[in-house]
Amino acid sequence: MTAPIEELLRRAFPEARELAVQDRTGGGDHFQVTVVSPRFNGLSLVDQHRLVYDALAAPMEDGTIHELRISTRGEQ
Amino acid sequence: MSELKDRIKETIEREPVVAFVKGTHLQAYCGNSERAMQALRSVGASFVAVDVLPDPAIRQELSALSNWPTIPQVFIRGELVGGADIVQELAATGELESKLDEKLGVEWRNGGEERTIALTERENPFRLAR
Repeated sequence: MTAPIEELLRRAFPEARELAVQDRTGGGDHFQVTVVSPRFNGLSLVDQHRLVYDALAAPMEDGTIHELRISTRGEQ
Repeated sequence: MSELKDRIKETIEREPVVAFVKGTHLQAYCGNSERAMQALRSVGASFVAVDVLPDPAIRQELSALSNWPTIPQVFIRGELVGGADIVQELAATGELESKLDEKLGVEWRNGGEERTIALTERENPFRLAR
């Protein structure tokens, strides 16, 4: 179920140029998310990932997301 | 500040490279912890591992301190460098080596021994490895 995760990310990053959520294992709780946004420009990768973690805090807290892989970059 | 929090802080400040992981340097119990340690090894960086599994308080205190919700967490000279994804990415682009040079000088290139240290009495780092 990638749709609810994608929805949360779209809300948090409405300006994103690229936004993708992939169910890595098919089990519905291991996700790979990719976000490309000008908001990341000038931010360290740690701070970029923190913004993604913030956006997905609820499903991470309640266990909907068991494992999250993150790939982010600013706009070139 | 709790004693445990103090010990975590001291460890992060004392050790040039420290990886908070699920498991030990000998055996990770989580693919992401393994990925982070392998990324460090891939550039030849030795590190101290801290197993967060024996006491959930370690993870709670660490995340409160670092403002980072997940394990693993890799610190170089006191700075959070990232979790598995970032450390792997930095290793692949060569930025991890630059970061190590910048933070530690060239010394880290001499290598060293990996080890796992205990932060609490509940913890026996080699319990899981046997």
